[in-house]
Amino acid sequence: MASLKLRVNRQTHTIDVPANTLLVDALRDTLRLTGTHVGCDTSQCGACTVHLDGRSVKACTILAVEAVGAEITTIEGVATGDKLHPMQAAFKEHHGLQCGFCTPGMVMSGIDLCTRNAEPSETDVRHWLEGNICRCTGYHNIVKAVRAGGQAMKGGK
Amino acid sequence: MSGTEGIGASVKRKEDRRFLLGKGQYTDDIVLPDQTYAMFVRSPHAHAKIAKLSLDAAKASPGVLAVLTGDDVAASGLGGIPCGWLVKSKDGSNMVEPPHPALVQGTARHVGDPVVMVVADSKAAARAAVALVEIDYDVQPAAGRLADAIAPGAPQVWPDAKGNLCFDWHLGDPAATDAAFAKAAHVVELEVTNNRVAPNAMEPRAANGVYDSANDHYTLYTTSQNPHLIRLLMGAFTLHVPEHKLRIIAPDVGGGFGSKIFHYAEELLVVWASRQLGRPVKWTADRSEAFISDAHGRDHMSKAQLALDANHKFLGLRVHTYANVGAYLSTFAPAVPTYLYATLLSGPYDFPAIYAEVKAVFTNTVAIDAYRGAGRPEASYLLERLVSHAARKLGVDPIELRRKNLIRVDQFPYQTQVALQYDIGDYQSTLDMALAAIDYKNYPARKKATEAKGKLRGFGISTYIEACGIAPSALVGALGARAGLYEAATVRIHPTGSVSVFTGTHSHGQGHETAFAQLINERLGIPIENVEVVHGDTDRIPFGMGTYGSRSLSVGGSAIYKAVDKIVDKGKKIAAHLLEANVADIEFKDGNYRVVGTDRVKAFGEVAFAAYVPHNYPIETVEPGLEESAFYDPKNFTFPGGTHLVEVEIDPETGVVEVADVAIADDVGVIVNPMIVDGQAHGGLAQGIGQALFEEAIYDADGQLVNGSFLSYVMPRAADLPNFKVGNHVTPCTHNPIGAKGVGEVGAIGVPPAVINAVLDALAPLGVTDISMPASPEKVWRAIQAAKGA
Repeated sequence: MASLKLRVNRQTHTIDVPANTLLVDALRDTLRLTGTHVGCDTSQCGACTVHLDGRSVKACTILAVEAVGAEITTIEGVATGDKLHPMQAAFKEHHGLQCGFCTPGMVMSGIDLCTRNAEPSETDVRHWLEGNICRCTGYHNIVKAVRAGGQAMKGGK
Repeated sequence: MSGTEGIGASVKRKEDRRFLLGKGQYTDDIVLPDQTYAMFVRSPHAHAKIAKLSLDAAKASPGVLAVLTGDDVAASGLGGIPCGWLVKSKDGSNMVEPPHPALVQGTARHVGDPVVMVVADSKAAARAAVALVEIDYDVQPAAGRLADAIAPGAPQVWPDAKGNLCFDWHLGDPAATDAAFAKAAHVVELEVTNNRVAPNAMEPRAANGVYDSANDHYTLYTTSQNPHLIRLLMGAFTLHVPEHKLRIIAPDVGGGFGSKIFHYAEELLVVWASRQLGRPVKWTADRSEAFISDAHGRDHMSKAQLALDANHKFLGLRVHTYANVGAYLSTFAPAVPTYLYATLLSGPYDFPAIYAEVKAVFTNTVAIDAYRGAGRPEASYLLERLVSHAARKLGVDPIELRRKNLIRVDQFPYQTQVALQYDIGDYQSTLDMALAAIDYKNYPARKKATEAKGKLRGFGISTYIEACGIAPSALVGALGARAGLYEAATVRIHPTGSVSVFTGTHSHGQGHETAFAQLINERLGIPIENVEVVHGDTDRIPFGMGTYGSRSLSVGGSAIYKAVDKIVDKGKKIAAHLLEANVADIEFKDGNYRVVGTDRVKAFGEVAFAAYVPHNYPIETVEPGLEESAFYDPKNFTFPGGTHLVEVEIDPETGVVEVADVAIADDVGVIVNPMIVDGQAHGGLAQGIGQALFEEAIYDADGQLVNGSFLSYVMPRAADLPNFKVGNHVTPCTHNPIGAKGVGEVGAIGVPPAVINAVLDALAPLGVTDISMPASPEKVWRAIQAAKGA
């Protein structure tokens, strides 16, 4: 077992987990932050995407111990109180989600893209989302939502 | 009625907020006090006898609570997993219906067949113990692929199924069809395969079973599209407990696409294990496990013949199909390649004669059952490939050949030669609409521009129909269904006028919490924020058959309408009393009860309040309260249809097919929420294009699934797809009160043949005449090379 100090969503948690625990399992099973999802076992689907120091990372690809010292943000940590993050609001406005399972990963990935590039082209968005699979939407409205979310983030809405 | 939130309004979805905040609650998110974890040891062989099980090491492993086998299942008297549909062969004999024990008893029959269940107090402990289970297998010859299973001398999946035949079924009039072919001026033939696909809802299946010994009561949380159906099957067939002792909860479910309709062994086993351990038992599939345990879809091999007269009018259609059903018969499996397939072979066309034969075949693979479209994509793919093939053979325009043979508006209701009666449609209008949307008249210029880049451009069309809204219970009962297929709803008006709607359908992405609230708004004028829609819990909802076959709005919504009718009628009696008028003189409009022709009005909310505070009330004749339930049994199927157009660009050097444009025009009946309807079309298109270009669950001859992970099974990604041009032309369904037909499956049904027709159109100048799905770069490149060499 390892005792780890993790900064998650602006709070510090000390958890005792086996040293080989994946970050996604520490988030879901230990911290009970179940908004981060697991849709595959080969790091393909991106449903577990979180931010480490603002950059998107698939939480199934790193150990919890590797995230020590980083500021981890999960889908539960991006809204401000009751107010949705502009990217979350854009997904609702543009019907960028159906079953909701891939959605946390899509939102986290979209925020990272638009932090780097507030005005991505449609092609930019489609290629950026290479690592996030959605089975419901055909991506059509996700692409629209990410671009609108980028505009709203830029406008500070 | 309000205009802004009723039928036709693209209101934003009520359910989105919890999903966007990461607060959805999916089955695996639920951890109960004293939770334990189950994992399965599954057969790595497609066909093998269990020679020896060595379980001692696993049982002794730290944290292990139980190690269970097929012998334990048998000793407990659990029933086998049942099949919900009986199909009879041509000769009247019943289909071969093999036993399906929840854990393997003696012989494993596909890779992934569960042999041993391990339960431990942590996932890690369960995983460690799974590795300690030792099984000696006596490997048997396997029938891995459909073509292998029907070959002479093929290994037998089941001793009782000679030649691996489950049934040999037919539909239509063979004599009339022979006569049509005898007088034909042209006969065109085509062989097509419909590739096997894995459904891959993003949420893997999961189940959490709880036995409460103090109350002798069971609860199952499960990833299901139809919790009441699971309760029915577990209560009556597998667990053998009465319904009132069994609660099934399907909480937020992350997509289904058919694969979460069926009763799976794991659902039974976690509840059964919980009874033994006195603790909740949870199992969650990982993706690799899903690939070998979820029911797959499609997998047909067909030969089709089309007879035409000298003017290219269709005279007859003859179809012979082999359909893979896997090793065991899943819940709806026999219905998919029969009553959901051959009945659709008339498509949108006026066919004087049709005859179809379907042989269902066992293989040593995981079961095949309904997957988005379920039988109808197989029918539309065959027919639309055949019609475009005929156009090429006859040297006529595929659009004009279709136009000549489409059922005309004045022919409805139209009785097909394969049992269905289409109530209404307008196939010419959707065809024109789609052609306008894709700007067909400028196609030659686009083709030229593509060719200037050194690429090939192709145009593909599909004019499809489907049957949704399953189904009239008496009809499907006569066809072998072992359940009714009505839907149920309860509408509860609360004393201060807010509303709870309890529906037997289940939303796993379709947006029922919004669309069904819009129905209430439309009828009663109540803002949707004051309407909650409850689904997915057998203890809260009176009954239901669930969500599949694009039935939720047309069947489930109609049940809600029927319950609202009763509410409105009861309210009239209350309003008549309050307004001191005759009931016959009361009308309900725009949320108000009014004495006809006067300004004497009671708002719906006042009537609702009076129903719960009956001080001034017709108490002698009307009960207090305002809550009504209804069951709705549809009078017919609904028949969405339309035209799907695809343009592709192909790089002849690499064989890569790029979908350059997609334009569709559907008639899905009355649309409640256009935003949601468009989203459903987009998702279906992605799965349809996925099947046409990328996806195939590949088994080898030995029954090994070659590509059972997202590393090798090609799921469509964002960059693989274009924006979709989606349009609708509405002819309201004539036999349900909403006029809705259903939209969930249109993309998956309509678009695959349009994609392949476009690929073949692009490759035709090179001499390529056939290609099968998925049209992968390798396959396209090889076809080009073969044509060059020819």
